[in-house]
Amino acid sequence: MTCDEAEILLHALIDGELDAGHARAVEDHIAGCPRCAAQLRAYREMSKIIAGADVRYKAPLELRRRIEASLPQPKQAPSRRAVLRGFAMGSAVSAIAATGLVAIILRSDDEARIESEVVSAHLRSLQAGHLTDVLSTDQHTVKPWFNGKLDVAPPVIDLTAQGFTLIGGRLDYVDTRPIGAIVYRRRAHVINLFVAQTASAERRAAKIETIQGFNIRRWSERGLNYWAVSDLAADELAEFGEKFEASMKTGTAG
Amino acid sequence: MPVNSSDDNPEKARRFRDAALPHLDDVYTLARYLLRDAADAEDAVQECYLRALRHFDSYRGPAMKPWLFAILRNVCRAEFARRASSPTAPIDDVPDDAEQTPLWHEAQETPEAQMLRRWDSTTIGRLVAALAEPFRETLVLREIHDLSYREIADIVGAPVGTVMSRLARARAMLRSAWMAEEEQPK
Repeated sequence: MTCDEAEILLHALIDGELDAGHARAVEDHIAGCPRCAAQLRAYREMSKIIAGADVRYKAPLELRRRIEASLPQPKQAPSRRAVLRGFAMGSAVSAIAATGLVAIILRSDDEARIESEVVSAHLRSLQAGHLTDVLSTDQHTVKPWFNGKLDVAPPVIDLTAQGFTLIGGRLDYVDTRPIGAIVYRRRAHVINLFVAQTASAERRAAKIETIQGFNIRRWSERGLNYWAVSDLAADELAEFGEKFEASMKTGTAG
Repeated sequence: MPVNSSDDNPEKARRFRDAALPHLDDVYTLARYLLRDAADAEDAVQECYLRALRHFDSYRGPAMKPWLFAILRNVCRAEFARRASSPTAPIDDVPDDAEQTPLWHEAQETPEAQMLRRWDSTTIGRLVAALAEPFRETLVLREIHDLSYREIADIVGAPVGTVMSRLARARAMLRSAWMAEEEQPK
């Protein structure tokens, strides 16, 4: 092998792109050629320095928002199916349907879908390294972390004294929108508390359901929807929700 | 075109989001090195994601990141074409014979045994950004994004052998710039 050939092939050697035969040929040449050997060392060193340097850029938050805003959003208007159902009820009841009935039908459709998405998000979070974006047992660290990432500041409450340890927060996606997740732990069980803004300010009492073996406690309060998801037993998850709501009332949110 | 365009399908949008958004920083990084301008890079990345969503139905893999990179590269080339047609903003000139110039033009000038200085990240980023195309693109895809020759070849639409020789040239150019940087007063 000549130096001209080796000068090109030594790069493929550095990058692990050569088959065994060619790799041996380059290595043989380099063993007998101090000039090419020095080049190999220098380029290898340079690759290593670049790999260890911080030469990447982070996409600006504004760009991320612009891209998210340009993706199709969930429809604000009632879905076609629901509207058709409204028509099927006949014009006599359509006035009622417009005010309440359709809303209820929509709600139960949407709710089941969102709850299953919440469970998927919970499952995703349990994969290695996905649980928290900000890891802290301090509510005053977790809460500011959400600033600027969501249109709503989720309340972050430390429930350690009540037996539920705050372990951090995470940005997740549910219903094709970013959503805040506050992560708690009880013994070996993880609780994801998802918090999203809702158009309705009405208070909705807690309801516990089981989906794919996970318990979900859902409630609404002061314009926020809450979903607490865990493999904890239903009574313990209920206890978590009650403690959380009680702390919200006494105003200990950080 | 059907009324219910597939672009409006929230389920598709959710799948696209899950698959493509995790690569946003990588795509933005490549755009910054290709266009060397923050505002242009943002526009290009946004356009890239719009195009990617449009073609998401026909996406068959193998990997999301190289697919996005290929789309981004097309967007950037359109941007270069626009700049080239604008009299006020000339693109930097790459002589046609750049790829034919023998390697030793750069390599020979650098003392072989000299150790490389460990520049800070900002300096390294600047040296990489100063490389001429198509060497900069190849080097960034290999050294910063850690893609294989095959993946790079698919993205830039060139044979693997071309990728290898461009990379050799890119590293030789970077190394001499790296050495020249040392000669400047601190």
